Amino acid sequence: MQTPIYMDNHATTPVDPRVLEAMLPYFTKVFGNAASRNHSFGWEAEKAVDNARKQIADLIGATPKEIIFTSGATESNNLAIKGVAEMYAERGNHIITSATEHKAVLDTCKRLEKQGCRVTYLPVQRDGRIDLEMLEEAITDKTILISIMYANNEIGVIQPIAEIGKLAHARKILFHTDAVQATGKVPVNVQTDNIDLLSLSGHKIYGPKGVGALYVRRKNPRVQIAAQMDGGGHERGMRSGTLNVTGIVGLGKACELCNQEMPAESKRLAYLRDKLKEGILSQLDECYINGSMEHRLPHNINISFAYVEGESLLMGINDVAVSSGSACTSATLEPSYVLKALGVGEDLAHTSIRFGIGRFNTEEEVDYVIKRVVETVMRLRELSPLYDMAKEGIDLSKVSWAAD
Amino acid sequence: MAYSEKVLDHYNKPRNVGTLDKNDPNVGTGMVGAPECGDVMRLQLKVNEETQIIEDAKFKTFGCGSAIASSSLATEWIKGKTVDEALEIKNTDIVSELSLPPVKIHCSVLAEDAIHAAITDYKAKRAAREGSPQPANA
Repeated sequence: MQTPIYMDNHATTPVDPRVLEAMLPYFTKVFGNAASRNHSFGWEAEKAVDNARKQIADLIGATPKEIIFTSGATESNNLAIKGVAEMYAERGNHIITSATEHKAVLDTCKRLEKQGCRVTYLPVQRDGRIDLEMLEEAITDKTILISIMYANNEIGVIQPIAEIGKLAHARKILFHTDAVQATGKVPVNVQTDNIDLLSLSGHKIYGPKGVGALYVRRKNPRVQIAAQMDGGGHERGMRSGTLNVTGIVGLGKACELCNQEMPAESKRLAYLRDKLKEGILSQLDECYINGSMEHRLPHNINISFAYVEGESLLMGINDVAVSSGSACTSATLEPSYVLKALGVGEDLAHTSIRFGIGRFNTEEEVDYVIKRVVETVMRLRELSPLYDMAKEGIDLSKVSWAAD
Repeated sequence: MAYSEKVLDHYNKPRNVGTLDKNDPNVGTGMVGAPECGDVMRLQLKVNEETQIIEDAKFKTFGCGSAIASSSLATEWIKGKTVDEALEIKNTDIVSELSLPPVKIHCSVLAEDAIHAAITDYKAKRAAREGSPQPANA
């Protein structure tokens, strides 16, 4: 076993060697512009792109023509939401989303608010899922789009996507989902889930960075989006710019591998995740799991370690790469807005760690991470005045803190 | 973000971790910060009544590595100083000693506050004692 150990697979994943192998010829040998219609270099590139389109479509139950290539999920989210807001402006200006979305969705919505759109940010319940009744009540005759993520990047909680899709279609509202964390990890199907627009990314599924896709439904209903970048009219006019053929080949191959290996892989990851969780919880008291265990990605766990600040814990397990909801690890000095939306107190939000197990993690690594986390939490609790006070029976919520 | 050698050293081998008896008349206790803010420091010092020299100091900190290092360093620095000398320690001294980046300056401020709070507590205890002398001391 080698250290450091990478267990932050919600942030990004390494490129699978089989993906890299598929990509390599397209850097030097088959380097043509997929838009060059008059020579074999262009045709070869176009063929590779079309093949990738099919591989991606197959993973999510779409048809190849419904796949629009982008630079990644941030662009896909921007294009979907802004593109719909612009295209359907005459029909309405109301968008519904949720409080735990990725910033690529939230900040896009905030910009649209400045431009005259009205946005409802649905709260989530304690388990991290939205309330379908609340969603239904939020719908008005001006609602043109519902954008709810498939699975959350911090807590791995899976939203009731099929139910949302059903509701949206019944009310003739478009449904976009940011499926970056879910695609390739759990079965995603745009037909059975009634999804109209879906964002996905290469680097979260063992593909390369800098490439993603947006699924845009072509039938029942035919969805139109206004392009957000002007140029050569690539991707059926929805996204101009020379196609990143190499990246697209990698994204396609990554999707194909996920499609083939998902049943076995998700089982293995869930086993490792459960082992990690049990290993930690059986040895430490006052650890709290954030988000639903029932509706959750198989490779995610997010735990608050009471009385131990997250960044200091990361420092202690410095040969394990995970991430923290602590303010100290963010640029804003605010703890995770996702955990706050769940109703996790700021004190506990500061103590949270996200583990994302991936394709290349081994059971030996999981055992090592359990050991490192347990010993470090114990050491830091010895250093924590809050742990002392809690052991003395002092109710920390009743203490008047001398904070600024 | 990379940590400075000195922050890592204090984090890995914190000095003076522990607790002094808060009921001891010569012990001052300062607790600053709040769990919601992600930092709580408890700093205690024991003063020699005759010389006013801080003979012992202990801390416990809930916070990031820089907060732990700042409070560890603070206890190291105040030991052997008189109460008045300890009050002269500035947060900027801690910043430069530990090479703290701008986002971690609040950790040094908290450490300075903790020193002041502990000394204030000690002085209050002393004033209370002098204000109402115990029969045993009279």
